[in-house]
Amino acid sequence: MMLEVNGVAFNYRSKNVLNDISFEVNCNELVTIMGPNGVGKTTLLKCMNAIFKPGAGSILIENEDILKLGRTEIAKRLGYVAQRSDSNRMTAFDAILLGRKPHVRFNISEHDLRIVNAAIRKLGLESLALRYINEMSGGELQKICIARALVQEPRLLLLDEPTSSLDLKNQIEILKIIREVVEEHQVSAVMTMHNLNMALRYSDKFIFLKDGLIFAAGDRDDITPEIIEAVYGVTVGIEHYQGYPVVVPIN
Amino acid sequence: MHLTCVEFPTEYKRYISRKVSLIISGVVLLAILFILSISLGAVHIPPAEVIQTLMGNSLSKQWDIIIWNIRLPQSLTAIVAGIGLAVAGAVMQSVLRNPLGAPFTLGITHAAAFGAALSVMIMGTGVMQSSSASAVKIIHPYFTTFMAFMFSLIATGIIIGVSRIRGSSPEVMVLTGVGLGSLFTSATVFIQYFADDIELAAMVFWTFGDVARASWNELGLMTAVLVLSVVYFMFNQWNYNAINAGDETAKGLGVNVDRVRMLGMFCASLLTSMIVAFLGIIGFVGLVCPHMVRRLIGDDQRFLIPGTCVAGGILLLASDTAARLMISPHTLPVAVLTSFMGAPVFIYLIVRGYRR
Repeated sequence: MMLEVNGVAFNYRSKNVLNDISFEVNCNELVTIMGPNGVGKTTLLKCMNAIFKPGAGSILIENEDILKLGRTEIAKRLGYVAQRSDSNRMTAFDAILLGRKPHVRFNISEHDLRIVNAAIRKLGLESLALRYINEMSGGELQKICIARALVQEPRLLLLDEPTSSLDLKNQIEILKIIREVVEEHQVSAVMTMHNLNMALRYSDKFIFLKDGLIFAAGDRDDITPEIIEAVYGVTVGIEHYQGYPVVVPIN
Repeated sequence: MHLTCVEFPTEYKRYISRKVSLIISGVVLLAILFILSISLGAVHIPPAEVIQTLMGNSLSKQWDIIIWNIRLPQSLTAIVAGIGLAVAGAVMQSVLRNPLGAPFTLGITHAAAFGAALSVMIMGTGVMQSSSASAVKIIHPYFTTFMAFMFSLIATGIIIGVSRIRGSSPEVMVLTGVGLGSLFTSATVFIQYFADDIELAAMVFWTFGDVARASWNELGLMTAVLVLSVVYFMFNQWNYNAINAGDETAKGLGVNVDRVRMLGMFCASLLTSMIVAFLGIIGFVGLVCPHMVRRLIGDDQRFLIPGTCVAGGILLLASDTAARLMISPHTLPVAVLTSFMGAPVFIYLIVRGYRR
């Protein structure tokens, strides 16, 4: 078991956001959290990373309680890709090198540079390495953020809407990269997403949040039009195309 | 997860050494400027003789006095104050993720000016005199310095206090700073309205930032605080880089964002307050310098912090030398010159947009 979330609850200024959230993530598994805007998907990711302290419950990564670890120790286990990352006049190489922060106190070692170089290769960013990130497109910047999380050498990746502002080609590229990393590198990933079809195409498991609770969870076969209608309030049908379910809105 | 190590990125290494050599050239330029600054003035001393005298060979009694008592402390003060103001500005911009973060825009210098004005009012410390150095003298300079320092610390304290209540977001800190700036300015105007003409002259005189004011003792104190602060800033370079990528990304990388921001602000404010308290208000060095360096070597704090130090030293030393020579044999306080440079840069920043 990679990750165990047990009975997590979170209140934001006396407003109850999350209630009794429990689920598990296995090794080499990609889990997508879905639900309408404002339901608490991002909040849940932040709780899992201890950026927000949950009011109740526990989060265990490989049987260690996250809430009892220091920030640096958490960063060695969990890579977090925020929904929005600021760009500045820093080269892509340096921006990715920042991911070594949890492992570095002051001086960068040759080992760190080699790892960054490996991540650049992995994501095909060679031609961008020495360009400033504030001159890059949204897709390129998102790849750099993912590369930054990879060089943290985490056990689990948390990605907050990794494809939200990207075009179709970039969405597919990013999700393929995440998929590949999960399959090849003994790492798991949890992401939030709005695009149901993309999620169904690339994820292993799904969690639907509604009113601060887990409304439904399971793999592809467990997703029904009724669940989607109940969560989003939209009538849909689910068709199958080349073995993958496709969600189609009906009026 | 494990990434397989690949070969060493030689191109990156070359890119880094370009940045390092840029900073080293800056240091060389600063050294040349330093000798030149001591050499130039009402009495011209050739650079070779300046070096000889600095090495301890006494060439002429007059030159010894000019160099050791007047020009050397002034040049060193210009360098130390330039480094201090510039690096404090760079750190404030970084931890606040705001290009307008600087002691001047955060109201810290206004608070110092109010403290100085108050001291003149309470102690009646201003007198007119007809010396060649200045028309107005402050009788208890240390009390004035102390008051200026205290009030700039109070301003810092309020900014930090408010951000404790409202969360230390960049917007909260900058807006509080703007509010404080105008509060202290109006308080200063209030005091000035009730001051007599001599007190008023002393208050206004104090605000003209001038590096000629510092003695060797004050220079020593400023240097000590500067060295400690720069070491602290350098130690936090990766934390500042992480904060620049966004608060949440930084937290995900294991940075205690609130603490790093608070301590960074505190150290930068302490450094600025002390310089302002000893020398008066020297505006815009903290704002202009980091932006020039960002253009040249980028936002990476590993190079931005040392780069800003070198550029700050060069900028204030060059400005001070120019201010001394411009209307020779009279001298102009350096702040008059730096303030002139500040306004165009401010406007340039707005035209270019707020992104760094």
